[in-house]
Amino acid sequence: MFDLERWQEIFETLSKNKLRTFLTGLSVASGIFILVILLGFSKGIENGVKSQFESDATNRIAIWTGVTTKEYKGLNPGRYIQLKNSSFDGVVNKYDDFLEYRTKDYPIWGANVTYKNETGNYRVRGTLPDNQFIENADIGSGRFINHSDVERSKKVAVIGNKLKTDLFKDEDPINKNLQVYGMNFKVIGVFFDPGGDREEGQVYIPVSTAQKIFNAGENIRNMAFTVKMADNFDEAVIQSNAISEGIEQHLKEMHVVAPDDVSAVRVYNTLEEAEQIYSLIATIRAVFWFVGIGTIIAGIVGVGNIMLIIVKERTKEIGIRKALGALPMSIVGMILQESVFVTMFAGLFGLIFGLGLLELAGPYIQNDFIKYPQVDFNIALTTVFLLVFAGALAGFVPAYRAAMIKPIDALRDE
Amino acid sequence: MIQIKDLHKSYHMGTNSLHVLKGINFNVKEGELVSIMGSSGSGKSTLLNILGMLDEADSGKYILDNVPIKNLNEKIAAKYRNDFLGFIFQSFNLINYKSALDNVSMPLYYKGVKRKERTEKAMHYLEKVGLAQWSHHLPSELSGGQKQRVAIARALASDPKVLLADEPTGALDTKTSYEVMELIQGINDEGKTILVVTHEDDIAHMTKRIVNLKDGLIIDDSPVQQVRASLHV
Repeated sequence: MFDLERWQEIFETLSKNKLRTFLTGLSVASGIFILVILLGFSKGIENGVKSQFESDATNRIAIWTGVTTKEYKGLNPGRYIQLKNSSFDGVVNKYDDFLEYRTKDYPIWGANVTYKNETGNYRVRGTLPDNQFIENADIGSGRFINHSDVERSKKVAVIGNKLKTDLFKDEDPINKNLQVYGMNFKVIGVFFDPGGDREEGQVYIPVSTAQKIFNAGENIRNMAFTVKMADNFDEAVIQSNAISEGIEQHLKEMHVVAPDDVSAVRVYNTLEEAEQIYSLIATIRAVFWFVGIGTIIAGIVGVGNIMLIIVKERTKEIGIRKALGALPMSIVGMILQESVFVTMFAGLFGLIFGLGLLELAGPYIQNDFIKYPQVDFNIALTTVFLLVFAGALAGFVPAYRAAMIKPIDALRDE
Repeated sequence: MIQIKDLHKSYHMGTNSLHVLKGINFNVKEGELVSIMGSSGSGKSTLLNILGMLDEADSGKYILDNVPIKNLNEKIAAKYRNDFLGFIFQSFNLINYKSALDNVSMPLYYKGVKRKERTEKAMHYLEKVGLAQWSHHLPSELSGGQKQRVAIARALASDPKVLLADEPTGALDTKTSYEVMELIQGINDEGKTILVVTHEDDIAHMTKRIVNLKDGLIIDDSPVQQVRASLHV
């Protein structure tokens, strides 16, 4: 394989047959190039669809508490189960790896909110920064609550668009002060919500602030989480059920509630919407796998064909070489070594060219449905090797047959 | 040099069997220049192919330079061809993408000779056939006679025991044919054993012995007065 004389002979043959070398290389390189681009775009479309629908696909878990209905460990039924900051911290600690967003809320319904002469009753909700994503709140102007607001219990408010229209009319509310039960809050942002007026008639404030001003101490009323997206829907169902059950059990133990008491700790998870998105992504993947495999097969057939033609064209040369004392296997080896070298070189060239193009052009393609086109390098490399191997195999059979022909037949004038 | 005894060869085409060689006996001593004649279908090319180990006989004995040639596998045949034989073909059979020099050094490559030595030897033989200044030309840039001379240089390159020429002048005009025969005679004068298959009388008479084949048998085998090709050039 690493015989210098042999390599010299091969390079000589390749350079003396520039057109053949070029055409073989071109077809292999362009095949790999197209495959890489195709795989890249399929990934891009998958990414695009995912990001487009990811918010709908999220698997959301919400937790409320109520009154116990069963006696348990000597405690009477009829107790109200109060969630605390520590309940939230406990759940977060335990399931942190699976959770994407997390929030604990302390809302007040029908709070009196005033700006200048306008006033009304709105829901004021103490919450955490993550709630923006859990509720799909779209920030129209300004910003949402951040960690520093929560840590320092700042008196800041993010108001819904309906509330803004009600109280501020056409005025820009950012950095203006509004009053909640007479206490000043600086407006830092306005949000829109796909939930409409009901959701947009809310005020978000940091949960720590809400706990302080409403004298709630460590109490919270509910918490919500989203679970990271799984690879497919079945996995998502399994994961989500396991986590909800785990959280429920954890909270029941923490608050001394009978395991079969259904009304004291209630955990809801929503997955139905997610199913469609998962199946859409699965379909896109399946289509591109199909197209990708088809492309690879076409590539293999193409390379195989080229090999067949090359061997056919060289039959006479094989006869001459044999008459001059070449061993059949040395001829087969020479042809294969040559073709593997060319296909490998051209394949890697096409691969690098394709990857380079994706890398360069990828960032400029920011269509809603195509995002970050990219290729798994290992998959692409495997494809190159597959093509080279298939090409070698496709070339081996005719080369072997040609080398086994008696030289006299190969040399016979047609 | 060559001993052949009771050589038989048949070709099978479907159900038909064609008996081409029906018991050939002849010997060639070292340094002879023999022509094998016969009309087409007489079996002369088949005989040459068997002598050249490009084909195998069905039965009979073939001894080349005291080595019995039998039960050849591809590997041994390739080695014997490389060691014992040089071929000259009617259609030259040069590799068309290689220069004259590279064509001539080809047998040496398969002999395992290193590149530098290969090139030197090949150049030496090209000089011998008078084509030194054409060494870097491709076969397509050479005339028919020049191509055949390159082929002769290639046949000589591995210093074989026997040269086998199959209609070496078949594709050439008379003048060039005689030039090629002059070269072949010169090589024979240096002591090389050469077998020439031809159907042209004038070419045959430029050898030292004519073996006449008809329907797979030798009907005549006699030495002739050699006509020097140089007289005709």
